[in-house]
Amino acid sequence: MSFIMYLINGISLGSVYAIIALGYTMVYGIAKMLNFAHGDVIMIGSYISFVTFSQMGLGPVPAVVISIVVCTALGMIIERVAYKPLRKAVSPLAVLITAIGVSYLLQNVALLVFGANPVSYVSMIAVPPLKLAGGELTITGITVITIVLCLVIMGVLMVFIKKTKAGQAMLAVSEDKDAAQLMGVNVNGTIALTFAIGSGLAAIAGILLCSAYPTLTPYTGAMPGIKAFTAAVFGGIGSIPGALVGGILLGVIEILGRAYISSQLSDAIVFAVLIIVLLVKPTGILGKPIFEKV
Amino acid sequence: MKSKKLKNKITTFLIVIAAYVIVEIFLLTGNVSSLLQGLLVPLCTYSLCAVGLNLCVGYLGELSLGHAGFMCIGAFTGAFFSVTTADIIQNDGVRFLLALIIGTGCAALFGFLIAIPVLRLNGDYLAIVTLAFGEIIKNVINVLYVGKDSNGWHVSINSQAELGLEPGGVTYINGAQGITGTPHSSNFTIGVILVLVALFVVYNLTDSRTGRAIMSIRDNQIAAESVGINVKKYKLLGFTVSTAIAGAAGVLYAHNLSTLTALPKNFGYNMSIMILVFVVLGGIGSFRGSVVAACILTLLPELLRGLSDYRMLIYAIVLIAMMLFNWAPDAIFFREQIMARIKKPKREV
Amino acid sequence: MALLSVKNIGISFGGLRAVDKFSVEIEKNELYGLIGPNGAGKTTVFNMLTGVYKPSDGSIVIDGVDITGKSNIEVNQTGIARTFQNIRLFKEQTVLDNVKIGLHNHYKYSTIDGVFRTPRYKRVEREMDERAMELLKVFDLDGEAEVLSANLPYGKQRKLEIARALATEPKLLLLDEPAAGMNPKETGELMETIRFLRDEFDMTILLIEHDMKLVGGICERLTVLNFGEVLAAGETSEVLNNPEVIKAYIGE
Repeated sequence: MSFIMYLINGISLGSVYAIIALGYTMVYGIAKMLNFAHGDVIMIGSYISFVTFSQMGLGPVPAVVISIVVCTALGMIIERVAYKPLRKAVSPLAVLITAIGVSYLLQNVALLVFGANPVSYVSMIAVPPLKLAGGELTITGITVITIVLCLVIMGVLMVFIKKTKAGQAMLAVSEDKDAAQLMGVNVNGTIALTFAIGSGLAAIAGILLCSAYPTLTPYTGAMPGIKAFTAAVFGGIGSIPGALVGGILLGVIEILGRAYISSQLSDAIVFAVLIIVLLVKPTGILGKPIFEKV
Repeated sequence: MKSKKLKNKITTFLIVIAAYVIVEIFLLTGNVSSLLQGLLVPLCTYSLCAVGLNLCVGYLGELSLGHAGFMCIGAFTGAFFSVTTADIIQNDGVRFLLALIIGTGCAALFGFLIAIPVLRLNGDYLAIVTLAFGEIIKNVINVLYVGKDSNGWHVSINSQAELGLEPGGVTYINGAQGITGTPHSSNFTIGVILVLVALFVVYNLTDSRTGRAIMSIRDNQIAAESVGINVKKYKLLGFTVSTAIAGAAGVLYAHNLSTLTALPKNFGYNMSIMILVFVVLGGIGSFRGSVVAACILTLLPELLRGLSDYRMLIYAIVLIAMMLFNWAPDAIFFREQIMARIKKPKREV
Repeated sequence: MALLSVKNIGISFGGLRAVDKFSVEIEKNELYGLIGPNGAGKTTVFNMLTGVYKPSDGSIVIDGVDITGKSNIEVNQTGIARTFQNIRLFKEQTVLDNVKIGLHNHYKYSTIDGVFRTPRYKRVEREMDERAMELLKVFDLDGEAEVLSANLPYGKQRKLEIARALATEPKLLLLDEPAAGMNPKETGELMETIRFLRDEFDMTILLIEHDMKLVGGICERLTVLNFGEVLAAGETSEVLNNPEVIKAYIGE
């Protein structure tokens, strides 16, 4: 029974990684950049929901909405101010370093506003736990909500990309920016939209993450951010189902590794599996192979 | 062009030596705060590491986000050697030199081993694998316990108690508490010498047959293969030298601290990124730039100390602003226009 | 015996037969042309000959050595050098260094020699400089030796690519559309240079070209490729007057 318990917890943690990984994978697919500040947007989203829900006493719905709106706006502002001017820079490293600068900036703003001391995050998800197998297996409400929400988000996003004009524009831009521009796609708008969606999802991920692991500091977003990026690479960067597969696998490996191998070495295990996967399949589990025309 | 390269090399050496002399004069006259004195060896450490990473990023054309991991290997193997042989080898200089060779060698060995499978990957995938590797190193060292008693060596990856040492046994590596009591063998002079040696190696390496082969892979791998360049060999060579320099930086770093621990702050991916920031801001491919950027960016937060809480915030803003100013095509165009306007009147005179 | 002997090589990409049953024999010191409409598979043939792609069947033998399935590095070391349709120079390096990279496998000193600037390093570097300048002179590029290769005009970039290929001391030189993007005057000069290479360097050359004036002017024999298959092969004048060939080029 404990194995199933761990498995479910792993899927739940993996679902959070998957939602964060979506932000990385979409931005990478379209802007071809690694948005290092994404993890810190999660942290900002968590603080916003903490302030609105626990300190200002707003209900869960307004708290979530405000958090999503703030993160979406933040994501778009960051893109416009810090990344867009560098989109045509000679070296792709320029925008990577700028993203690191943005990451530092967000962390230090949070440090000034909220202080270095961790705050105890109060979960706003009041769903009763699910009892299975005659009460032997108890799954917390937050676990259920996380997994369900992750699947819903994935589904909506895939339909959005397949069925809407904006979604098709995203596909076109990720395939070939210049060709898309020539076909009349608003490339700048599409990239901004991608950042908006990714950052909005980061707010949701932040709320879910802090509900399950209720210690919030200015550095809370960094490690989950890196791991979610790893998950995106794991699943095949640029691929939305890849983010789901990669995220959940990563979560499961982390929890099972912590339970059965070594609690201290769980990060090492996660990263070791990543290296092995990439060596066997260099573009990730669901990634498309890359060819260079000679 | 030949003379231009030589001039560039000599200028860099002169700058480093001049900086050293100036600092030494200030030290002698007692004009350096203790805070700044404490930063001198770290400055050399970061300069070294940045030079090593620049070889990888600027010349091999591969992005590594795990150089802090290689620095970590150098630091721990070097320090481990020094604490275990502190009684046997009395001469501080000899011991440090041996520790340096061992630390550099171990980092190079790991760099070589990881590079064999990993250099098949391209671009961002290589970056993420090196990042993962660095995190593994840091993680493993944090759970590593090594001790010795009359029965010989004991190793555990769980706890110090599990070592089962006899009374009187010594724990050399104590998990998350790391290595304590490393002799203080490094100092600013040694640091500067190491920086100079590293610069000598990378400048001469890049301006040789080997260096041209490495750069040809960066510029166009298929063309390099088409003229018979052994791509695998030169990728391995470039990456290994780069990690060896990071290892040397680690040894220097470790022998400046009484307690060596593997924290996210000093050996995590944050440090790898920090070093990458030095490289990019100093100029990809410019070793002199790497050293200068490492020094300025390490000193900047200290110089801003008066601003207390705001210093890291300002640091972040300065970083973003500098990147935009240096790299954004619009900013470059704007700068060129201004320069043209300044230059014009001079020509008329 | 022919210098290059290719028998029935073929390759498919995802079910599409890009090249099928391609054969050719090229004699030493010959100037041979490979022509055909766009998409006929000419560059694919080059890629198979140089080991960039592995042919699914058939065999390639150069100067008695079977190189079928060998990597492009080994193929170059065995004696085939090439240029690319979409120029592939080492853009961040000087014109001189581009050629010196071509000399890499023939002028050797160790990495240690390089780092410590030993007498051997100095001697070999000097020899390399001399040899590279000789090659650049052939292409009238010696005045631009210290220019960054990315800053060369297009026509000179094509010439530099040939010089670099030549530096690897090949037995057979493959030129992929050497005159693409050149004006008639430059094309004329290029024809002279190619002839010069054949005569003075004793080189065997196989080239892909669309410029019929160049092909008719310097190639002794031709193979015409259409839809991945050999449509015609033989003496240049015969092939160019072949009604099948004219039909393939102009259409009915």
